[in-house]
Amino acid sequence: MVGEIKPGTYFWSGNDAIAEGAIFAGCRFFAGYPITPSNEISERLSWRLPQVGGIFVQMEDEIASIATIIGASWGGLKAMTATSGPGFSLMQENIGLAVMMEVPIVIANIQRAGPSTGLPTMIGMGDVQQARWGTHGPHEIIALAPSTVQEAFDLTIKAFNLAEKFRTPVILLADEGLSHMYERVNVPDPRDVIIINRKMAKDPRNYLPYRADSDLIPPMAPVGEGFRIQSTGLTHDERGYPAINAEAQNKLIKRLIDKIQKRKHEIIDYELYRGDDAEIIVISYGSAARSAKSAVDMAREENIKAGFLKLRTIWPFPDELIYSLAKKVKAFIVAEINEGQITREVERASKGQAEVFWVGNYGGRWIYPEEILDKILEVR
Amino acid sequence: MSLLAGHPTEKYVRTDRLPHIWCPGCGMGIIFNAFASAIDQLGIDPRKIVVVSGIGCAGRASGYWAYDGFHTTHGRPIPFAMGLKLARPDLHVVVISGDGDLLAIGGNHFIHAARRNVDILVILVNNFNYGMTGGQVGPTTPEGTRTTTTPYGNYLEPPFNAVWLAAASGAVYVARWTVYHVRNLIESIKTAMQMRGFRVIEVVSTCPTDFGRRNRMPDPLDNLRYLKEHAVYKKNPDPKEAEIVWGKKFVIGEFVKIEAKETFGDRIRRIIEIAQSRIRGKS
Repeated sequence: MVGEIKPGTYFWSGNDAIAEGAIFAGCRFFAGYPITPSNEISERLSWRLPQVGGIFVQMEDEIASIATIIGASWGGLKAMTATSGPGFSLMQENIGLAVMMEVPIVIANIQRAGPSTGLPTMIGMGDVQQARWGTHGPHEIIALAPSTVQEAFDLTIKAFNLAEKFRTPVILLADEGLSHMYERVNVPDPRDVIIINRKMAKDPRNYLPYRADSDLIPPMAPVGEGFRIQSTGLTHDERGYPAINAEAQNKLIKRLIDKIQKRKHEIIDYELYRGDDAEIIVISYGSAARSAKSAVDMAREENIKAGFLKLRTIWPFPDELIYSLAKKVKAFIVAEINEGQITREVERASKGQAEVFWVGNYGGRWIYPEEILDKILEVR
Repeated sequence: MSLLAGHPTEKYVRTDRLPHIWCPGCGMGIIFNAFASAIDQLGIDPRKIVVVSGIGCAGRASGYWAYDGFHTTHGRPIPFAMGLKLARPDLHVVVISGDGDLLAIGGNHFIHAARRNVDILVILVNNFNYGMTGGQVGPTTPEGTRTTTTPYGNYLEPPFNAVWLAAASGAVYVARWTVYHVRNLIESIKTAMQMRGFRVIEVVSTCPTDFGRRNRMPDPLDNLRYLKEHAVYKKNPDPKEAEIVWGKKFVIGEFVKIEAKETFGDRIRRIIEIAQSRIRGKS
């Protein structure tokens, strides 16, 4: 195919890798609005998408950006947007629309330090709970966090695959540190990578837009082919017709939550390092995970039984994994560049089986391995 | 048996959704039928029509027609429709929504889609207020009229001249009719459906339940009579003349009609051709 990247080794920033991962996954539509520190994604895609026959548009704001990619996804294209905190805030309502309409889209949120305008050019990881709960109402969401440039590439592909498989928005939670870091990336042969495309309805006769199969996911219908698609952000029945009552609400929302929760083993992705005999496990994700791994190596040199758990999937949260580890360890230390947004999840999932500590800062700088090591020494 | 059995536009309606939620005397029924009639008269394959709407009374239309229909978030049908149209340039993409949805919360998208000349038809239903939420003041509420949030009379909010706004922003077709002028409206929809680019038809509608009731016109017929008596057809009118002042005559007609202006989709396809030819040149 014209314009597709050749397998091999590349030297890319995190943002470059996200853009290339998107194209590799089959993304052919991008709409976004300029915001630091995500701009290299849109700049690269404005150059690269036309080469592969894809569409790049710069919109008038972030609300238009996400509304446009939802429309483009209904039009049959894999679609994404990229933004940072302030723009991510503006997108929240339409993330809910994508949840409700069950539209596959990918939102790359390159986190910076907030709230508000905060530190536009500096690292932050404070949008983790916003990714989970930012749009109103009960819902389930998928969010992935890369901590290396290779993972930025790989998890962008995974984000598209999960969006297509589960008919749901997927959030790629990167951060400024990773987005502007350059590392080596291996681009595999496309034949060695599984690319998932949405399940499509084939027969317009008796088609109901929101009648789910046994996997709880309704096949998506192509627009303009006589399927008489009906889709709304209102609570709806299998026909897609508004159903303004508690019974319809509970039936629909339960399915939207269950379709992800019941198959979260297919979504949850993590790396456990030196965990077998660990008494203290440092949990981290995103850029902060890089320092956490170093800190664990430093602790081992001082004969402390420390391990490291890197979360690549943030949402759905790996409750069962945390609980099983909590029963084995003395303490968890969660390293994150926010006020403890995942620390509280670890506390919840540990159910009192292990002590949980936070180490980090509120943004604007990295966590240094020494800070994490100090915490390990304090806790042991 | 369907409530519409035997009606000429029955096949364009989701009869299993009737009765609809619109109030007695609402102008939406006329607009709804006018669009279906226009499509029927043009003989366009209804499968190739996609309707996108926002939130509000007019926004419910996408759910009653039997075309593929998308009922999106408040103010966002235009960007949603733009994404769909760019992905599927072979389809007719039509946005129908109200004045609050398209000119207040969605006003930014309206002008930017016009500037880009996105290839969609926008049916802007102007009923002078927010009907769905109980009749609040909106971006087209005439000065001096009464709404639920202007209990002292609307001496606060000067209204948009939607026609001039659309024309100045770059729309290739701008027309205004009222729900009294049904034949003109049907012909105008037929004209617009055969053009390409950002097309806007403002339909001045009636809302006896909210706007009419608070402005001494609780009877639906009085609302229609107001439109009949105040709307004045002009040939090739100037968009600047299109302001609506309560109690005075206002202009209806075709304000802008520009053929053969490159659409946003045309430009995107050209960029793709340039990018791909450069790659082929290198290899």
